[in-house]
Amino acid sequence: MSAINIALIPLLPLASFLLLGLFGKKHFKESGGIIGTLSLMGSAGLSLFTAYNYFFVSGKVNGVYQQLEVLKIQWLEFVPGVSIDMGLLLDPISVMMLVVVTFISLMVHVYSLGYMKGEERFSVYYSFLSLFTFSMLGLVLSSNIFQIYMFWELVGVSSFLLIGFYFEKPSAVAASKKAFIVTRFADLGFLIGILILAFHAETLDFKILIQRLTDVSSPQLHSAIAGGLFGISALTWGVLLVFAGGAGKSAMMPFHIWLPDAMEGPTPVSALIHAATMVVAGVYLVARLFPVFAISCPGALEVVMYVGAASALFAAVIACTQTDIKRVLAYSTMSQIGYMMFALGVSGYGGENGLGFTASMFHLFTHAMFKALLFLGAGAVIHYVHSNEMGDMGGLRRKMPVTHFTFLIACLAIAGVPPFSGFFSKEEILTATFHSNKLVYGVALFTAGLTAFYMFRLYFSIFWKRDFVSHGQHGGHGEAPFTMKLPLVILGLLAMVTGFVPFSEFVSSDGAALHSEFHLTMAIAPVVFGLVGILIAFVMYKSESDLPARVSVAMRGLYKGAYHKFYIDELYLFVTKKIVFNLVGRPSAWIDKNVVNGLVDASGMFAQDSSEELSVWQSGKVQNYAFWFLVGAIGLVIAFVIL
Amino acid sequence: MNLSLLILLPVLTALVVLVVRDAKQVRAVALLGAVVQLVLCGFLLMAYTQERNAGNTTAFLFQQRAMWFTAFNIQYYLGVDGISVAMIMMTSLVVVAGVLVSWKIEKLTKEFFFLLLFLSAGAYGFFMSLDLFLMFFFLELAVIPKFLLIAIWGSGRKEYSANKLALMLMGGSAMVFVGLLAVYFYNGTPTFDLVALSKTHLPLVVQHRFFPFLFLGFGVFGALFPFHTWVPDGHSSAPTAASMFLAGISMKLGGYGCLRVATYLMPEGAVEYQWVIILLSAIAILYGAFATLMQTDLKYINAYSSVSHCGFVLLGIGMLTKTAITGAVMQMVSHGLMTALFFAAIGMLYERTHTRMVAHMGGLLKVTPFIGTVFFIAGLCSLGLPGLSGFAAEMTVFMGAWQNPDMWYRFATIAACASIVVTAVYILRALGKVMWGKLELKDHEHVAFADAAWNEKLAAVILIAGIVVIGVAPFLLQQLLSPAADTISKQILRAAF
Repeated sequence: MSAINIALIPLLPLASFLLLGLFGKKHFKESGGIIGTLSLMGSAGLSLFTAYNYFFVSGKVNGVYQQLEVLKIQWLEFVPGVSIDMGLLLDPISVMMLVVVTFISLMVHVYSLGYMKGEERFSVYYSFLSLFTFSMLGLVLSSNIFQIYMFWELVGVSSFLLIGFYFEKPSAVAASKKAFIVTRFADLGFLIGILILAFHAETLDFKILIQRLTDVSSPQLHSAIAGGLFGISALTWGVLLVFAGGAGKSAMMPFHIWLPDAMEGPTPVSALIHAATMVVAGVYLVARLFPVFAISCPGALEVVMYVGAASALFAAVIACTQTDIKRVLAYSTMSQIGYMMFALGVSGYGGENGLGFTASMFHLFTHAMFKALLFLGAGAVIHYVHSNEMGDMGGLRRKMPVTHFTFLIACLAIAGVPPFSGFFSKEEILTATFHSNKLVYGVALFTAGLTAFYMFRLYFSIFWKRDFVSHGQHGGHGEAPFTMKLPLVILGLLAMVTGFVPFSEFVSSDGAALHSEFHLTMAIAPVVFGLVGILIAFVMYKSESDLPARVSVAMRGLYKGAYHKFYIDELYLFVTKKIVFNLVGRPSAWIDKNVVNGLVDASGMFAQDSSEELSVWQSGKVQNYAFWFLVGAIGLVIAFVIL
Repeated sequence: MNLSLLILLPVLTALVVLVVRDAKQVRAVALLGAVVQLVLCGFLLMAYTQERNAGNTTAFLFQQRAMWFTAFNIQYYLGVDGISVAMIMMTSLVVVAGVLVSWKIEKLTKEFFFLLLFLSAGAYGFFMSLDLFLMFFFLELAVIPKFLLIAIWGSGRKEYSANKLALMLMGGSAMVFVGLLAVYFYNGTPTFDLVALSKTHLPLVVQHRFFPFLFLGFGVFGALFPFHTWVPDGHSSAPTAASMFLAGISMKLGGYGCLRVATYLMPEGAVEYQWVIILLSAIAILYGAFATLMQTDLKYINAYSSVSHCGFVLLGIGMLTKTAITGAVMQMVSHGLMTALFFAAIGMLYERTHTRMVAHMGGLLKVTPFIGTVFFIAGLCSLGLPGLSGFAAEMTVFMGAWQNPDMWYRFATIAACASIVVTAVYILRALGKVMWGKLELKDHEHVAFADAAWNEKLAAVILIAGIVVIGVAPFLLQQLLSPAADTISKQILRAAF
């Protein structure tokens, strides 16, 4: 496994970014898409080759998958031993992510050839896509915690640029800023977490850091546990702050508010960045540091579990009430990432205890396929209808057979209906949860029912409900061009079969194969919940009726709360506008203008005034001088006499 | 390498500018001089690295020395270490860019370029001086042209700003001079020789009493809170090139002086007042960032953000660890290039729109894609995007600061870290309004003007190249700075124990 092959995986998209970014507008106006797609084909091919090599040829030593550092270049050294290195780290999760990222990205590149056709800034779009893919691949391959932070920021910026791609739309500008700033806020935690962990572990390298912070006999672990603040050890602070960064990127509560708005970006971008790859970076980060969480910091892992479970439920409830199809999918993404998070949270390290870890990664894998498919399908629908609103859709199954069929597959997969992929990964998560925490298990089960409900609400509203009435907006084109249908079909096939991948053989918390068995008894409950959810959706949304309205009236309070996303956005707005701007920003500017600068001006004025006063004495009139000389002399004489 | 050349060349160019005939020739001469200077600086960098690679470990290379005032033991004494070379390199890039963006100056062209070049000569001299009096001489040389540049070619409340800037900087100089006299007289044999002084030991009382004079004095130049108020007014009233010089070069004189003179010669003083420096710089960073949030004029935004960013320089120096000091110098170089780029871009926009108010512009990326992209790059560098210079510099400061185990200093570091969020907010607000959104321009019915001209493009490309090189390969800059930072931190360690 040569380092060059692996380094080329991120470097090809980088080359495409530079080429299109510098010369795209002039020379590759039309061909930008082809160039981007070709570079991604190269990356995807190399990734598959690497995965084959790693999983089947050279990755395993004595039955355990190894962490291979195929490249390490010192980039910036802070103190001896503590440096940012640019490295390439191969282990089961990074190789799995390589395949997911390059593959989904390739699908999105191909799809965009059709979807973005005729766009004036076509080559710019592809250069941004390439930049994102490069950054995401760099993130996945990072061997150093500061390196991952750098690429973390880069994916953030590419996401910002792509959400704001239609920059003439004020809502897109607002959404892109919101996404960047909210995640930046979370990244502040990540940065401070890195500072803490690096100080105690005396390294930034993942491998050494994990080894030092999990070894009971290492002095570094002792120092990390000994130091602390407010009764919480430095280690826990560090790990939790790093997790805050992860929660920001993965749109976990309370940092989730950016994700629904991010849907302002072009739909293929939502599929790539805000469904399949970047938003799972937080899960990946926790998985990357998993031994530290599981072995040294079980308290922090518990936080991960509760944050994940709460986000899963919360987002699912909101998803039931939204009418913008992309927003439904966004909340669904948040909910499914919640699943991945709490799966990690309930997991232990090593052997059978690590089932949750494997399940989480498995769900990440299957979710990437079916959620990308859902978004691309939604994109095709929006392309056809020219609207995001469910109310403008209905009865599209006859007009868009391919989209309809693949969308149905994805819905069945996410609802956890056997034998589609989501069923297997969800079942594994629930099994792991059942053995660890009954409360979270209950939440997960209920959320599974909700998921099936809102997904089929979406499905029926788009494809059934009523006959499609064209509003005369769309130009009478057919369902979608071939370049858009092809990715749908490929992803549809994958959503059907990826559940059968013997995932636990390859990915586990400690690298050794985990022989997870399929428990029929554990599978019954989620399937029943899922089917009930589908059934309710069928009754309510299969055809037009006043049933949904009646239900929403009956559950008025909850419905209204969920419809308004539980007013979290308003809360944020209040805190930022009223408190940060009015109580910090405005006073700072005011103080600077009036107090600090006022003192400067006042001292200037004082100098001027006093010199003006004094200048009276320098009048140049000899009589005055003589007069005051006399006054002085007499005064002195009097003073002498008296004293 | 003859260091005097680097001072002589800008002075000569300035003189030639005075005697040539028309504006066209003035520009050509100025540009030629600046470019030759840039090439010379490139040679200096190469020669310096060669010497270091050859194993030359003298603190200051290429020394030149001649007696100037025998009576007072004042010498003409030049020499460079890694920090000086980095600062000189940055200066020469900013000068070339500054000459290029001033291409269209119509009013008193000759005098304008004369002052600009004179100012640059002062900066080069300052960064190379090893005699404190000589250094002070160059420091003053860099103040007076600024006053004229703002008062004559400025805009807005230019008289007020020019007066304020000159008076505050003069005040700073006065404090510096008091400090220098203390160093001179309390040192056994009266001398201004920096190298000799670093080997002797000033009495503790003197250090404690006079460190504040030196640090605050230079701090005024480096926008130390609360002596930063000349920055916003001065920057915004100055013509574009002068703003670039002010923020890019002049503010760095302060940081350099704090490090090279105050901290290096009075390490015990630095240790004593460490908490004050850290407190003031943490306030500057966060308070500057919040004050930026409320600004509505692009130049004020960049000026206040400079206060915040230069806070990192002083924070790094205040932490007194080698890594933090390296980070401080990296931040000086990075900020010099970045802020010059920002002011250049603002100037380009102003020439076209005749406004700098954020609220009056919108969607300009569509008509001026090049200038828009420059804005984005400068903005992203300012908010610390990896791959651009700001990130490497700030992270080095943070990592170095965290090495200091004092808990209060860590809170200060966290406060400084928090500024990255606020920075993101104000940068994105400005970018989002001016460049993105609906195309609009107040009082203009049709928005139609040309994108950047060749000279503007070249200026931007030169500065961006510097930013990207440091951002992608920060180890180059760090290797250059490391030995010099090591010398200074050893001096401090000797004091602390």
